Amino acid sequence: MKALSGPGRFDAVVLGGSAGSLKVLLELLPRLPGDFPWPLLAVIHLHPRQEGRFVTLLDQRSLLSVKEAEDKETPAPGHVYFAPADYHLQMEPDQTLSLSAEERVRFSRPSIDVLFDSAAQACRSRLVGVLLSGAGNDGTEGLCRISEQGGLTVIQDPAQAEHPAMPQAALDALTALAALGVGGPDHVLSSGGIMELLVSLAEEACGQAGGRGAAPEGGRS
Amino acid sequence: MDQADVEQLETTLFLEALYRRHGYDFRNYAQASIGRRVRRLMDKTGAASVSHMIPLLLHGDGLLPLVVETLSVNVSEMFRDPEFFALLRNEVIPYLKTFPFIKVWHAGCASGEEVYSLAMVFKEEGFYDRTTIFATDLNPLVVEQAKAGVYSLDSVRSYTANYQQAGGQAAFSDYYMARYGWAVMDASLRENVTFAPHNLATDGVFGEMHLILCRNVLIYFDRSLQNRVLRLFDESLVHGGIMALGSKESLKGSEVAAHFQAVNAKWRIHKKIAGGAPDMVTGDLDGAGPLEAGLEACGE
Ligand SMILES: C[S@@+](CC[C@H](N)C(=O)[O-])C[C@H]1O[C@@H](n2cnc3c(N)ncnc32)[C@H](O)[C@@H]1O
Repeated sequence: MKALSGPGRFDAVVLGGSAGSLKVLLELLPRLPGDFPWPLLAVIHLHPRQEGRFVTLLDQRSLLSVKEAEDKETPAPGHVYFAPADYHLQMEPDQTLSLSAEERVRFSRPSIDVLFDSAAQACRSRLVGVLLSGAGNDGTEGLCRISEQGGLTVIQDPAQAEHPAMPQAALDALTALAALGVGGPDHVLSSGGIMELLVSLAEEACGQAGGRGAAPEGGRS
Repeated sequence: MDQADVEQLETTLFLEALYRRHGYDFRNYAQASIGRRVRRLMDKTGAASVSHMIPLLLHGDGLLPLVVETLSVNVSEMFRDPEFFALLRNEVIPYLKTFPFIKVWHAGCASGEEVYSLAMVFKEEGFYDRTTIFATDLNPLVVEQAKAGVYSLDSVRSYTANYQQAGGQAAFSDYYMARYGWAVMDASLRENVTFAPHNLATDGVFGEMHLILCRNVLIYFDRSLQNRVLRLFDESLVHGGIMALGSKESLKGSEVAAHFQAVNAKWRIHKKIAGGAPDMVTGDLDGAGPLEAGLEACGE
């Protein structure tokens, strides 16, 4: 089992979205600080032809460094890793990244469930899962896994999402989990609210570590 | 230990049992994906846990085909990544033509879609008669499918656009016969192809290859197995030989990286310029011109 490596309460943030989520990311990522204390891993269902351009655009607009994930890469804080078109993105138990061209999961490749599920296995409670606008129900199962492992679950408010089906499906499933006493939706927020939450989690982690950026272990009280 | 730890342990034990009892070695596959496939196997068998499948595996062969089929990812397409096949046609083949005769190893060929794609390109470039192709895969079932060359008509039709984008020069439909919803590939495409099971994790070198194609296989392996396989390829290639990997598979950080020079970095096409079994440089190559020269120089 790997050592807990991230500063504060988390090791990584995973993001998933489909139709209507590009706009949210364009609003969200450019407003996160460049010294964001964790890596962000993202699966967005995109038409393959759009994808390269989108990553470049986000990279230009953000203080974070935004790129396509590579197989066996070790993710670094302040970096955003997108699943390449037509490949699943996963986190391995040692928290490195891996890609796979396996069959589609919930009609999708990359699939949000595959990322969320593998990251929940690798990070346990030390994971933030964020599910954004979209049609379909990819991400619901993954977000439930994150919740069961004690991670933090964040859903874009379906009432404000351009395509509410995906966040709504996750919200319903997590609410059902909460009734069983094994997790639940921690935050249901507007896109602005998600941004503020991530910034405040980052500040909390950096504060605990006794300064911005560098984060020695054992900073938790 | 929580439940997730226990399942990881069970998976390790299951893969150990599979290897020791049946010789199939999935122990050094990347864990996230093999873990998911073992869970899928559990769904298919209806077993209550991963460890419940161990006795089924130990006390007979009945489960084995399903296990191998489920654990190996056999999805493939014709002319997947058309740009790659265009490069093969326009840059790699002109270079390979400087050899009088070439041997090709297509490793992890799955059900053969890529093998037929390669054969079409060789034919159209007037090079097929000078090639021998060895097409191998771990899964004997898909090797049989590759040999048969029968695919669903819908899927084959859907590859037409890929074929054209890859610079195809014939009518794609001339390469198959439509029969009751199936596409039967033209037998002349496999005249020079030998299909055989071969396991990259446990089997040995294929001697004196000029071109090795192994795409979307290494991503399923952990670093140590990736290194083993890359060493195997290094040793199997003649000096000046070409190794093409999948677009997400890189030599970066591997032991043999220094033996290769990038021909096309984006599409992971590499040329062997040093190292690995030097005694394999044979008379074959003497007429091949300056081996160290870049492809531009070799393309006439
Ligand atoms: C995703 S397919 C790739 C097929 C084709 N090369 C392509 O890119 O379309 C991966 C193939 O690798 C094979 N494979 C996996 N492990 C292997 C091993 N140890 N030795 C040989 N083949 C292996 C699988 O059986 C499967 O057919």
